Amino acid sequence: MDKRKIARFASACAVALLATPLAAHEHGDPERGAELFKACKACHQVGEGAKNRVGPVLNGIFGRPAGAVEGFRYSRAMNRMAADGLVWTWDTLDAFVENPKQMVSRTKMSYRGMKDAQDRADLLAFLRLFSDNPADIPEAEPTDTSNLPNLAPEILALVGDPAYGEYLASECTTCHKVDGSDDGIPSITGWPTEDFVLALHAYKQKLRPHPVMQMMAGRLSDEEIAALAAYFNGL
Amino acid sequence: MKMNRRGFIGATAGVTAALTAPMVRASGDGRPRVVVIGGGAGGATVARYLAKDSKGEIDVTLIEPTRTYYTCFFSNLYLGGLIGLEKIAHSYGTLAAEYGINVVHDWATGIDRDARKVTTAGGYSFDYDRLVLSPGIDFIDGAVPGWDVNAQNEMPHAYKAGSQTELLRAQVMAMPQGGTYAMVAPPNPYRCPPGPYERVSMVARILKQTNPTAKIIIADPKPKFSKMALFQEGWTNHYDGMIEWVGPDFGGDKVSVDPDAMTLDIDGEVTKVDVCNVIPAMKAGRICEIAGINDGNWAPVHGKTMQSKMDENIHVLGDACAQGDMPKSGFSANSQAKVCAMAVRSALTGSNLFPAKFSNTCWSSLDENDGVKVGATYEATDEKIAKVDGFISKTGEDAALRKATYEESFGWYAGITSDMFG
Repeated sequence: MDKRKIARFASACAVALLATPLAAHEHGDPERGAELFKACKACHQVGEGAKNRVGPVLNGIFGRPAGAVEGFRYSRAMNRMAADGLVWTWDTLDAFVENPKQMVSRTKMSYRGMKDAQDRADLLAFLRLFSDNPADIPEAEPTDTSNLPNLAPEILALVGDPAYGEYLASECTTCHKVDGSDDGIPSITGWPTEDFVLALHAYKQKLRPHPVMQMMAGRLSDEEIAALAAYFNGL
Repeated sequence: MKMNRRGFIGATAGVTAALTAPMVRASGDGRPRVVVIGGGAGGATVARYLAKDSKGEIDVTLIEPTRTYYTCFFSNLYLGGLIGLEKIAHSYGTLAAEYGINVVHDWATGIDRDARKVTTAGGYSFDYDRLVLSPGIDFIDGAVPGWDVNAQNEMPHAYKAGSQTELLRAQVMAMPQGGTYAMVAPPNPYRCPPGPYERVSMVARILKQTNPTAKIIIADPKPKFSKMALFQEGWTNHYDGMIEWVGPDFGGDKVSVDPDAMTLDIDGEVTKVDVCNVIPAMKAGRICEIAGINDGNWAPVHGKTMQSKMDENIHVLGDACAQGDMPKSGFSANSQAKVCAMAVRSALTGSNLFPAKFSNTCWSSLDENDGVKVGATYEATDEKIAKVDGFISKTGEDAALRKATYEESFGWYAGITSDMFG
């Protein structure tokens, strides 16, 4: 646990959530990124003359607050993340592209995610060509070369105990109503367990903004998160 | 702090042994009996969780004097014209009908700890295996010279919600143009640390619309208060020039009032006021004193189970207990109630006892769509309930975040009142 914390603080750029270790993290190759962007072109445009389509224009995305493109109808979930203070930076974009539901659980963007860290680095390097201020792009080789295990499969494979989840959930149900209603505080009932687990880990790692959720998730272990996911899925 | 389940249960075995009473006194139908005194955020929650999680194995009686419970939390928003009074009114019908809780509208006036029996003003008695006290607060006699309960119609406290809240709002609406609303704020510790200051914000909101030249003055014995920077920024942004806060440096701790003359004396300087909201120093609800479980003004408890330190068969929740680092809030009471329900259920039916986890979040509304919050998580140590981690809104946050926080508070209100009343 400590090693992971040190790793996070030492590196100028945050580790992509649940991704392969930083050692593989090179500056992206924008030419390769342009190829990879073909997967996105069905919905997103960049460059001169770009228009909003199914997804918003991605010019100027780096450093921009979420949900900010004029004239685009974002999902309620994205608007909520915007209000919570989500800003698109290298780290948050990397996590979003890896699996959109990590950052915005009920996003309109129906994309399964780009699992390879190098692919994402190349893609983001390409996108950065269309942002004015690349200040937050890592210019130097990261100093950290930690040997973090790939957490994703282990964590996602945990099968939670719904009865244990029910006890833990008493903390959640003061705000998140068990009948699933959704006013001011999002509904968390009936979610696929993977979405639930991803969201809580994103809060736990302080990648996804919201001080209350970061605090609540921060003291949950991986087993507890799995248990909660199992319980709420069943409601 | 990672612990696996085996670790939990092993560590708490000792506690569970201490919890189990030598004899479980069965009710007429053979079930263990719990009596809960007080039907607010603590009492209603513990009654509901005991009935629900024991699946009817525990006989729960809830003794609460009011037939309609008005939540103190959000009562300020009614004062500020943001919600109607009916929004904060709740009845106990669902707890009685769907959870099988024996809801008794009466005052508990006596507790015989040896016989384990509660007696009420109506002349009834109730036996218990475990007793949970969640009586809220009472005011300390003589805390504000010149004020006592006989004066509460001239100078309302509105710190127990319901008719006092309606009264205060009527008084604010009836103020003459350019009049003065005064508040005498309480010393620490008291119920709802940001409450008086949210109230001032809400009163200012109403006055700005109906009586813009009116003034608000707060006499405060405390050098600082909860969310102070946020309130002061909000007051400047929304109600500039209307609110004057008089702290102890300027005599805010040397206050007396005259309810007949409607004057407020701050360190010798006497002012005529049109509304005087006196919030006196507080202590645990009187039934705790009657039970003999206080140490000073509050009832000390073991955080891991919320048991009274004076009597292992009595648990104390919410404002009335000495709750370590947690503030006295509805959210805290609801959080403690769940730990308490788990502990009582474990003692009476042998269910699992998990480590106690608590949390609190307090939302305050500075104006419509301008909400701020403060909160923390807690753990029970052997010494007290200790803070683990916390957060607070920041000054200068943008309007979208403040609006989201404000709307969140409504989501929380719906959540906690369902959690309390079913």
